[in-house]
Amino acid sequence: MTGVSDQTLSGPTNHPGAPQALPVLSVSNISKTFGGAKALQNVSFKVMPGEVHGLLGKNGSGKSTLVKILAGFHAPDDGGTMQFNGDAVSLPLKPGDYRRLGMAFVHQNLGLIPSLTVLENLRLVPLTSGKALYIDWSTQDRAARQALSRFSLDLDPNERVDRLTPVQRALLAIVRAFEEIEASRAITGRPGLVLLDEPTPFLPAAGVEQLFSMVRSITQSGSSVIFISHDIDEVMEITDSITVLRDGEMAGALTRDEASHEAIVKMIVGRNLFKTARPAGGPVERPVFARISGLSGKMLQKSDLHVGKGEILGLTGLIGSGYGEVPYLVFGAHPARSGTITVDGGAELAQTALSPRAAIDMGFALLPGDRQGASGVDSLPIVDNLFLPDVSRFFKGGFMRNRAMVREAKSLGAAFEVRPNDPGLKLSALSGGNAQKVLIARWMNRSPLLLLLDEPTQGVDVGTRQQIFAALRAAAAKGMSVICASSEAEQLAEICDRVLVFSKGSICTELVGDALTKEGISEACYATAAPASTSPLTSRVAP
Amino acid sequence: MTDTISTKPADKPAVNYARQFERIALLLVWVIIIGLFSAVMPRAFFNWGNFSIMFASYAPAALLALAIIIPLTAGDYDLSVGATLTLSASTIGVLNVWHQMPIGLMLVIVLGMGVLVGLFHALFIIYFRVPSLVVTLGSTSLMSGLVQWMTNSSTIGGIDNGLIMAAVGYRLFGIPYAFYYALAAALVMWYIFDYTPLGRKLLFVGRGREVARLNGIAVNKVRVGALVMSGVLASGAGILYAGVLGSADPYSGLNFLLPAFAAAFLGATTIQPGRFNPWGTLVAVYFLATGITGLSMLGIPLWVTNVFNGGALIAAVTISQITRGREASDIG
Repeated sequence: MTGVSDQTLSGPTNHPGAPQALPVLSVSNISKTFGGAKALQNVSFKVMPGEVHGLLGKNGSGKSTLVKILAGFHAPDDGGTMQFNGDAVSLPLKPGDYRRLGMAFVHQNLGLIPSLTVLENLRLVPLTSGKALYIDWSTQDRAARQALSRFSLDLDPNERVDRLTPVQRALLAIVRAFEEIEASRAITGRPGLVLLDEPTPFLPAAGVEQLFSMVRSITQSGSSVIFISHDIDEVMEITDSITVLRDGEMAGALTRDEASHEAIVKMIVGRNLFKTARPAGGPVERPVFARISGLSGKMLQKSDLHVGKGEILGLTGLIGSGYGEVPYLVFGAHPARSGTITVDGGAELAQTALSPRAAIDMGFALLPGDRQGASGVDSLPIVDNLFLPDVSRFFKGGFMRNRAMVREAKSLGAAFEVRPNDPGLKLSALSGGNAQKVLIARWMNRSPLLLLLDEPTQGVDVGTRQQIFAALRAAAAKGMSVICASSEAEQLAEICDRVLVFSKGSICTELVGDALTKEGISEACYATAAPASTSPLTSRVAP
Repeated sequence: MTDTISTKPADKPAVNYARQFERIALLLVWVIIIGLFSAVMPRAFFNWGNFSIMFASYAPAALLALAIIIPLTAGDYDLSVGATLTLSASTIGVLNVWHQMPIGLMLVIVLGMGVLVGLFHALFIIYFRVPSLVVTLGSTSLMSGLVQWMTNSSTIGGIDNGLIMAAVGYRLFGIPYAFYYALAAALVMWYIFDYTPLGRKLLFVGRGREVARLNGIAVNKVRVGALVMSGVLASGAGILYAGVLGSADPYSGLNFLLPAFAAAFLGATTIQPGRFNPWGTLVAVYFLATGITGLSMLGIPLWVTNVFNGGALIAAVTISQITRGREASDIG
């Protein structure tokens, strides 16, 4: 399946004059070989003017290779062709060529400089490449304000970027990309293309909405957007046509009308996913494992919660609602302003005095959302990453038993299906999903009593997600308690026994049983944001 | 086809050869330059006496380089080791020669001073969060000033003979004891780095401070400990330096700083490439020493030494960048 269906070519019908328009971007038979490995094989697709084109695929399916070819970072193999607005473009592109053509990229790390202001980031190119002898700051300020107001984005141009929320930063990066394609459009007079490479995983639902409305304004101007994401529902919501890659090849091309969730998942994974349903029925009675009272942090207001033995408790909400702080506060990783915790009916302990070491000794485990910065060290071997919290266990007779460590790491890696299972490799040698398996294995191996998770499947492909969920469920069945903070309603609905929805720093809704669905969670998030609408799905169940 | 469990991919051995070669590359280069100098100067260079002098006279530099890699592994720079060495050697001169203090008591005082230097650094680096580069650069100047005040900027001769004998008087296999102190320090550090939990903690603190903290490692204690240890080892290097010279020179100690750093980074490209490691550091020190000794015996002017050391530092860091990605630059 290397072709693109005719329906895809017709583009969105709501765009006047679209049927006879030239595609903004058209690539065909793009291949890329690294060493002997085929990273991409005969990939072809077209993006019409005013269209949002989704690009989907697992980690390692070739998405990033394709993006890097478009950015001129990789040279494709011979034989591929590329056209931009009908003009043949000679491959390989040189780095920076994309800018001249009218393309702009927003990568997941956004490419903003945190210590500089909104204005400086937004006008980075004009400020650094202008030919003027001096910078007229008032003109720059006007241009920045104009760019922001085009998207009704209420940002102070003089605010430093590191003081913005993650959503504001993402939106700022997109505004800048749009400004770039507009600048080249002023010269060429032809539509441009913004490529968004997984911009949403770090954003809460409301932020995603804002981002989508920005994407729609870009397409209304006649330019196009390529949207890359793991989130199938997001892709279905925003895109007009979809290209799915699998193992470097085209797994399929769909229009929005043809696309169904199941069809896309099947294309991405290449097999039907084994769906593990939550046990049906109402809440199970469980003895309380930990009771947390009056916990407060930066955004979190004094909140009371508890988690049962063997229960998987989900925490969610909109950005700034404070749910994401809970795992860190409970673990003592971030300083709590107030709060106490009672474990297994024992003595009441002050959360403010809890340190990670003390938490580990109590049988707690924390898997932070920031995999590279807070969870594992990429430049060190898998085996050392695995046994970091309890490395002293291997110190016997005055020496570290390095061979025993590797042996145990190997069997642990096999149990958690880490691929490749070579404990001597550096963590950076693994894909995102496999690295996450290693880090989960680290804690699960200690049989923790309470596992605290923050966005555990961020940037993890669909297949690995299922493995991680299965491991969590198996451990919970043996009595491990789990508190999982996540912005992904679908994921919470799938694994949690109970979900707490936060709003403005407090718990506002508790979902259990039949009320615990993806829609129920999303609706609870929005219902609390806009109190006017009351939802029949939300229910308050007394613990 | 055997039924063993090893199901390694076909391209694995090739990679391992490259790895093995990387481990011993510096040793090979060392052997080659020894060969070259020996060919040019078969009599003067290639004799045991020359080597034993070299091994002894570079022992303080070796201790200094070993001192540096402790905080480097934990992610902190200690640029002050050269000044700490000078301070320690000068203190010995002042107390022993001018105030006739017994040498045993002095060793305790001087090593205690190394502890204080480390704690002083830790106070600013860890408690006040001042970058280690700034703190140790500042304390270098601070200690150099103290030394000038203490010694009236003059070299103090006539150090206790016991210390001199312990450094260069007694010999084993023709090599003065001084070398074996450095060897012993490397041995102990090898044990700590590779065979104790503390070594792993040091490594994780250096590579991922937040990761280490969230895994229950007492990050600050580890960093304080590393800074104190480098202070103590640098003081030890000062004691050895006083013993090797037989006098306390208030200036020349600072010249050790650059070769010591060059050796630390060059050492991170060998034996255990990608990590600061004691054996690699020791090899690198004597590799540099061989180059400098050989060149100076050829009658090449003094300035070449500086060019050689500086060039080696840049080359070492460049090599580790090229072969290992960005690991060596993780320090900050």
